[in-house]
Amino acid sequence: MTATRTDPPPTGTRLRPPRNPVDRRAIGWWTANLLLLVLAPVVVLAVLGLLIPPARFWLVAPAVLIAAVGLPAAVALPRWWFRVHRWEVTATAVYTRTGWFWQEWRVAPLSRIQTVDTRRGPLEQRFGLSTVVVTTASAKGSLTIPGLDRAVAEDLAEQLTVTTQASPGDAT
Amino acid sequence: VTGEWRRTERRTIGYTTVFMAGVAVLAGVPTAFGLADGLSWPVALAWVLPGAAVVIACGVVAEWLHWRHTSYRVDAERVELRTGVLVRARRSLQRERIRTVDVTADPLARVFGLVTVRIGTGEHTDEGTVRLWGLAPGTGDELRRTLLTRAGTAPTADGELAALDPRWIRYAPLSFVTPVLGASAFGGVLNVADWFGLAGGVIGWAVDLLAGLPVLAAIGALTAGGLVVGVVGSLGLWVEMWRGYRLEREPGGTLRVRRGLLTTRSISLEEERLRGVDVVEPLGSRLSGAARVDAVATGMATGADKDKGQHRTLLPAAPKAVADRVAADVLREPLSPTEAVRLTGHPVAARGRRVRWALAAVVAVELPLLVLGALLTDVLLQLAAVVAVVGVPVAVALGLDAYRALGHGTVGGYLVTRSGSVRRSTVALQRRGIIGWTVSQSVFQRRAGLATVRATTAAGAGAYAIRDVGLGALTATSEQAAAQHGQRGGRAQLGVVGAEQRAEQREPVAHARGGEPAPRPVGLDERAAVALGPQPQQGAPLRRGQPPPQPQHRLRGVAAAGADLVEQGQLLGARARQQRLDQPLLGAEQEQQDPRAAADGLGQRPQRHPGQAVVQHVAVGQLQQLGAAGGRRLRVGRHSAILH
Repeated sequence: MTATRTDPPPTGTRLRPPRNPVDRRAIGWWTANLLLLVLAPVVVLAVLGLLIPPARFWLVAPAVLIAAVGLPAAVALPRWWFRVHRWEVTATAVYTRTGWFWQEWRVAPLSRIQTVDTRRGPLEQRFGLSTVVVTTASAKGSLTIPGLDRAVAEDLAEQLTVTTQASPGDAT
Repeated sequence: VTGEWRRTERRTIGYTTVFMAGVAVLAGVPTAFGLADGLSWPVALAWVLPGAAVVIACGVVAEWLHWRHTSYRVDAERVELRTGVLVRARRSLQRERIRTVDVTADPLARVFGLVTVRIGTGEHTDEGTVRLWGLAPGTGDELRRTLLTRAGTAPTADGELAALDPRWIRYAPLSFVTPVLGASAFGGVLNVADWFGLAGGVIGWAVDLLAGLPVLAAIGALTAGGLVVGVVGSLGLWVEMWRGYRLEREPGGTLRVRRGLLTTRSISLEEERLRGVDVVEPLGSRLSGAARVDAVATGMATGADKDKGQHRTLLPAAPKAVADRVAADVLREPLSPTEAVRLTGHPVAARGRRVRWALAAVVAVELPLLVLGALLTDVLLQLAAVVAVVGVPVAVALGLDAYRALGHGTVGGYLVTRSGSVRRSTVALQRRGIIGWTVSQSVFQRRAGLATVRATTAAGAGAYAIRDVGLGALTATSEQAAAQHGQRGGRAQLGVVGAEQRAEQREPVAHARGGEPAPRPVGLDERAAVALGPQPQQGAPLRRGQPPPQPQHRLRGVAAAGADLVEQGQLLGARARQQRLDQPLLGAEQEQQDPRAAADGLGQRPQRHPGQAVVQHVAVGQLQQLGAAGGRRLRVGRHSAILH
């Protein structure tokens, strides 16, 4: 450790991020998710605060607090995630990067993949997105690629399934 | 085996009768006391006795129905179990997929001559397990042998790998069981007293007894009392768990652990499922020179099993030398990889992190004491002072020790990683068992240039971590390696993470050693060559007493070296042996290149594009190793996509 670095140097000194960003619509999807998450308690607390005058302060104050923290987060975090979330499938492996505070790179060789699922939550469907989940025999080795365009996700899942079937053994 | 449907033993009904009677007594006595307190004894008994009778009757009838509707059969292809009174269930396991057959018997079952057989396929669901309750011990044993011996498995040397030495009991009180038992003893006393409505009396009695003493002395007395109970309890528990312990290798490649005083257990593990060992040294054991050996295997007991941790243990806390020998024997290596490897230390930045964590734990204890002390009583402030005086040095010592523990390396076909102070764990994981990698980095780690690298595997805990390695070092080193060896740069793989003084020596070493034999003992170099060669041969090549499996010249060298090591190992002291086998990771990888490899590497150099991110080679290098080591053809070139 000759020097500690605070920002990524231009080339060659870090794990190369996977090439593909997630679909841009994922920003909208994540924002919607966070808004729901933030607004649900805020609305409940605000309504209760209106209905119960004696406890108004103790109900409205947390609501304001949650809104004050949550709304900027709901706007900022998805953009952040969009920049960080990356994925790539190569001839040999599936490779993802997620997280900012705890950044995580995951690599799973194609030969060790056990199942490939696509998931579409109700909100995700509205945005035309899918999540691909790749599991390996390890309980801690699965990869999740959220926020892919539906067609891309289906192609990916099919491609991975075909490749996986081609490799023999029980992938342990 | 005959393929006929068979019933379990009818004696299970007798067992259930006695068992339910016990339950009824345990539940009934406190209830009766409770009721008698408010009402009168006859009324209380009039309620409790019929209640107990109903409980027993229900249990027995349920068991009888269960017994009548349960049958199993074992034929040439599968094991089938039919159960269910209202909903008929039928479960069938392919015999070839069966990996574990465990036989247990609790004390009451032993009186009745019954055992429980758990047949597992190693899947992470209940679907993969058949539990047969209520077989005669002979039938259980026969079943175990039949199911785990299959045609086509080469007969291997069997026999006893380890047996209990009664002196190992001295390590029992040093475990964490002691304080836990001690503390729970107080809770237990209060609980029982509470049944009889005497809890207040017991507390009052204890307060009176200790009233004459100063507070700290009273705390000391209570602690001492708890410790005595804890020591006695841990000794008793150890005897119950490990009495009659034997670790054996059975024909057909199965490891079998037998143990238990009251509840007898027989745990079988197919060697094919073994992916490595974990040599665990809890602080107490380590200070007294002891270690435990756990198996890292796929398809071990999972999910709801209450003592699944115990199922993994191949050897209880025993002298370190014994543990190392058992680890080696279990893996069929001349020397345990955990002992043979020389671990590369981790960057100094990791030390600060560990010390800070330990101090944070002290602060977490101090804060409530200080706050409550300021608000309530000075006694807590005194206590806080004592905790600070004792805690800070201990925390710093633990932090430094945890840093010393950090290390990783590769030897033979194994990745070895060590970490932990309070529970130091040295895991040797077969590289063919690694099925992926996860690199994670928190903001703090990023600032310190560290990362935690996890090898994911189907076995054991699912992932084994190399904590706080220098990611900066990883990059620099692999860049160099890639430049030296082109495509083979990938081989720099995980081993390169770490010490950067090596990065400085690298260039001359690689050049000097690339074209001439390394001036070191053959055993060492050959091992490394096999360990790190571009196409490691499948499985571990360091088998004792077996001919070398492949005709490749390197492997022959290794087999010879392996035999050599066995002989020398007994002559040389542990220290000397270690040095012989040691290999600095990075150094070894680069030095052990044979001339052709070096030439190839240099030849490929011009193909590299300047400014290319080189850690990419690392990622692929790992995969390449994984694929080849796993017996699959996984052709990864420098030009594949991750590499680009």
